[in-house]
Amino acid sequence: MQADLIQEARRQAEICNACRYCEGYCSVFPALHAERAFADGDITQLANLCHNCRGCYYACQYTAPHEFDLNLPQALANVRQDSWESFAFPKVAGRAFQKSGGLIALITVIGFALLFWIARAVGQAGGDGFYSVLSHNMMVAIFLPAFLFPLVSIAISLRRYWHATNGGSLRLSDIIAALKAAANMRNLNGGHGDGCNFEEEDCFSNARRIAHQAVMYGFVLCFAATSVATIMHYVLGLHAPYRLLSLPKLLGISGGILLVVGCFEMLRLKLRSDKHLGAQKAWSGEIGFVGLLGFVGLSGLVLYALGSTGLMPLLLALHLGAVLAFFLLTPFTKMAHGFYRLTALTLDAARQRAANTTSRN
Amino acid sequence: MSEKWDVAVIGGGNAALCAAITAAETGAKVIILEAAPKPYRGGNSRHTRNFRCMHRGPLGPLVDSYTEEEYFADLLKVTDGKTDESLARLAIRSSEECLPWMQTHGVRFQPSLSGTLSLARTNAFFLGGGKGLVNAYYRTAQSLGVAVRYEAAVTHLELEDQRVAFVDYTHNGQTHRIEPKSVVVASGGFQADTDWLARAWGPAAKNFLIRGTPYNRGVVLADLLKQGVEQVGDPTQCHAVAIDGRAPKFDGGIVTRLDCVPFSIVVNKEAQRFYDEGEDVWPKRYAIWGRLVAAQPEQVGYVIIDAKSLNLFMPSVFPPIKADTLEDLAVKMELPPDKLRATVNAFNAACGDTSGFHPTELDGVTTHGLTPPKTNWARPISEPPFYGYSLRTGVTFTYLGLKIDETAQCAIGNRPVSNLWAAGETMAGSILGQGYLAGFGMTIGTVFGRMAGKEAAAHAS
Repeated sequence: MQADLIQEARRQAEICNACRYCEGYCSVFPALHAERAFADGDITQLANLCHNCRGCYYACQYTAPHEFDLNLPQALANVRQDSWESFAFPKVAGRAFQKSGGLIALITVIGFALLFWIARAVGQAGGDGFYSVLSHNMMVAIFLPAFLFPLVSIAISLRRYWHATNGGSLRLSDIIAALKAAANMRNLNGGHGDGCNFEEEDCFSNARRIAHQAVMYGFVLCFAATSVATIMHYVLGLHAPYRLLSLPKLLGISGGILLVVGCFEMLRLKLRSDKHLGAQKAWSGEIGFVGLLGFVGLSGLVLYALGSTGLMPLLLALHLGAVLAFFLLTPFTKMAHGFYRLTALTLDAARQRAANTTSRN
Repeated sequence: MSEKWDVAVIGGGNAALCAAITAAETGAKVIILEAAPKPYRGGNSRHTRNFRCMHRGPLGPLVDSYTEEEYFADLLKVTDGKTDESLARLAIRSSEECLPWMQTHGVRFQPSLSGTLSLARTNAFFLGGGKGLVNAYYRTAQSLGVAVRYEAAVTHLELEDQRVAFVDYTHNGQTHRIEPKSVVVASGGFQADTDWLARAWGPAAKNFLIRGTPYNRGVVLADLLKQGVEQVGDPTQCHAVAIDGRAPKFDGGIVTRLDCVPFSIVVNKEAQRFYDEGEDVWPKRYAIWGRLVAAQPEQVGYVIIDAKSLNLFMPSVFPPIKADTLEDLAVKMELPPDKLRATVNAFNAACGDTSGFHPTELDGVTTHGLTPPKTNWARPISEPPFYGYSLRTGVTFTYLGLKIDETAQCAIGNRPVSNLWAAGETMAGSILGQGYLAGFGMTIGTVFGRMAGKEAAAHAS
């Protein structure tokens, strides 16, 4: 972790702790106000609790040109970004992709090329539908490792995070509390429900919260579609292609639409927002990631729409190439934030539970 | 002249915005002339955090009730009776209807902040603090078509025949003149003009720190007083507290406050104590320490605590000076070491049984036979490391201002100025003769701002 980024965030957190006006905006401030001094791990935890809603920046009487020069959303974004890079496994991949939309695009193109090559060279095995382009077994052979590797990598990263923040013991109720906070994205509602300050200075709006949830639930639905299809394939012996009114299709299409609309809206909001309140160096990496995720959804929908035309093999390779790049890059792109955020929310719930227990005794 | 205005509001803080919004809602064409640039708009309101509000039952974030009588009794206590009862009661009674009005005009509240539970019944805290409130009001004002000019410094109001004939202001290096039908002055006190403070206080004022905006220099106030507009208040009276001596000259705000006095001894440059540090709980006493420190040599005080008290108070923005012995601490703080040692020894010797110590209640743990005594929380300063803070007088706002009547209107002699109203800190001296009640400044600003806006718009139409 970069000491200068942590030190700057600590300097700002100490000023915030003497003020406390922002207590009601989000989870960051009650956690911050519970401490008197901030160890490096405390700063890392606060940084990962922060959802970058920017409410505290626009409400702050100490932002530049004031000599205290507070910009807490930026200071925490820089620490957060740096923490994802330094906890990444392998670390070099985190350093490479978090900040570079260009590299993300490059990997995606390599994913396309790889799928084209496999489809042409070894894929065909006389199956139906998509399997006529790439056999089911070949798909599994490519995507099972591409799915498991990120899981292992993320697990190692989260273990590093838990260690760095002195995580301690947790209960199921802490995880449930974190999942609830993610499910309704409470930390982007501004504390008053009017939303956050993202796309138009101090104007409150729920646009980003809604866009984020569209992406998140869209992704969850797409993931559910694949999971259901896997069960249907292996457990029930029902093989693709599935009908429109089948569970995989209903989940996949609705999820795909949410994902595409959400990513498009996220990009639009992000382009309107003030870069200098986030991790500026990660800008291109964030745009690249949202673009890739949106492309995964869009190429999936187009593939569904044109699946019975001659374009199908081309579209399938594009879609699967994007999915492959997305999975492999999950631990090293903005996608990782979801895992860190859930971990930070879990830790926060555990600490609040511990504090409540102490105060009752 | 190209622009015709019904109402010109001078100032850009809470009172000004309440006036502008209220006037614009009646259909008036309103302009705000704010001297500060946009990042510093809002005057002292940027630094506020709550609104003291009467309520007969739970209201918004406020619990239980806070009656007019209790509110007024609190005001009498802090002002020592130096108030205008009818204006004070008007402000208190009107505060109850203000809170929902504030909410419908964009202000959001939050529960009492951690460390301020004693105010949960009486003071409604703004989510994000005063700048959040100011932002919300600017959004509301602009949606109502109010024109806002930043860096528009009003230099002169021409009074003719008991009315304001025109208003001059500078903007982008140019002088402009407008002839609004009505004028609301809400441009604060004069505390940022150190020379004016020095005329009242003597050279001591040069050592004062100004807690809020550097833009409240009293230009409009002086201009109106010079032309005979009725004044109220004593030029030495102000809201002043003791703050960290390392705070910036201007705009240090809330984070420079120190809450450790009740657990300390406070000495002057000669390492002598000068007042009972444990007289009452800090929220009730912090406003008197500004004047106490102002009366000491070089207008500076030094708070001394030991290790056992360090975590009993809210952290402040600057870390304390720390040393393993009192003598080292004295050297670091430029105090005479032998005298500090003697003062602490005398204090420690006067401490008695400390087993009843309770940090948040008047615990009666007092010194015996010491002058001045410390009547609560008197524990020996004995456990190293020792910590110190310097204290200086931090002025929030001055009370010398414009005298208003019960419609917020200004007067010359006994006759009202037909188109001039005042609101906020510039007229707060009409109610606050001395002392201060937390959150009352915002009450005065909101109540009289709305009133001034309504009257000004009615006059213009």
